[in-house]
Amino acid sequence: MSDTILIFPCSGIGKAFGTISRDATYEVVEELRKGETDTNCLSLLVAGDEEASQSVKSHRCISVDGCPNGCAKKTLETSDARLVASLSVMDVLRENRKLKPKDVTILDEDGRKLSRLLAEKIASKVDELNQKEVVS
Amino acid sequence: MSAPKIGVVSCSGECCDVGTISRIATRLVLEKLRPDNTVTICLPLFSIGESGERMFAKYFPTIAVDGCEKLCAKKAIEKYSGKTARSIVVSDLLKQGGVKNRGPRRELNEEGMEAASKIAEEIATIMDDIFTRGR
Repeated sequence: MSDTILIFPCSGIGKAFGTISRDATYEVVEELRKGETDTNCLSLLVAGDEEASQSVKSHRCISVDGCPNGCAKKTLETSDARLVASLSVMDVLRENRKLKPKDVTILDEDGRKLSRLLAEKIASKVDELNQKEVVS
Repeated sequence: MSAPKIGVVSCSGECCDVGTISRIATRLVLEKLRPDNTVTICLPLFSIGESGERMFAKYFPTIAVDGCEKLCAKKAIEKYSGKTARSIVVSDLLKQGGVKNRGPRRELNEEGMEAASKIAEEIATIMDDIFTRGR
């Protein structure tokens, strides 16, 4: 059995994309790849929490960013995390231009659709990484 | 002349329901309770952002909204930007209010949403106090 992959969504609070990244992460860790994945607070790394810093060095990590600022990816990089993949809400948005999420606090229908698509993308990446681990 | 602004910065708190409550309470202040007086910023921008973003707490009196006793928001703001004007810890307020069943972190239940609304009101009260008495 491969070790748990930690998924870090962006902490975005100003637009729907942050909410989408978190919702998709929960979909993966609680439903689609429960037991194979987990999440933690990005803010623990920002604040310099020792336990969280050790955890991202010893586990494979995936960042899921909501905007081009790339806070999740950059924060993991500056924490010397074992970053194995970086995904973004923008990738899914580009492939689904008709979807226009607006609501931030609670996702609207388009936001939920994007979240589901992103969750499937994250789950595929988890499978790919676990497959590589088995082969190597 | 534009309305005076106060920064309200929530912890990201992805790992637990108190983080969800922190974010929703912050959004309620921004959207409904004090829309003309509230500015916010994503917490990681304090560490990875530009110098302008690091000046946030110097430009605006800032309230840290932390989900738990780890105080990530307060610590990050004070490490990278400046002293916070006030701070609240959601888990303490929930304990005081006897709120136990908030629903899952992904989607709060009715009691959780009600708790988020009350915490938003608490933040708005703190903002009014800052306007009256200063930092």
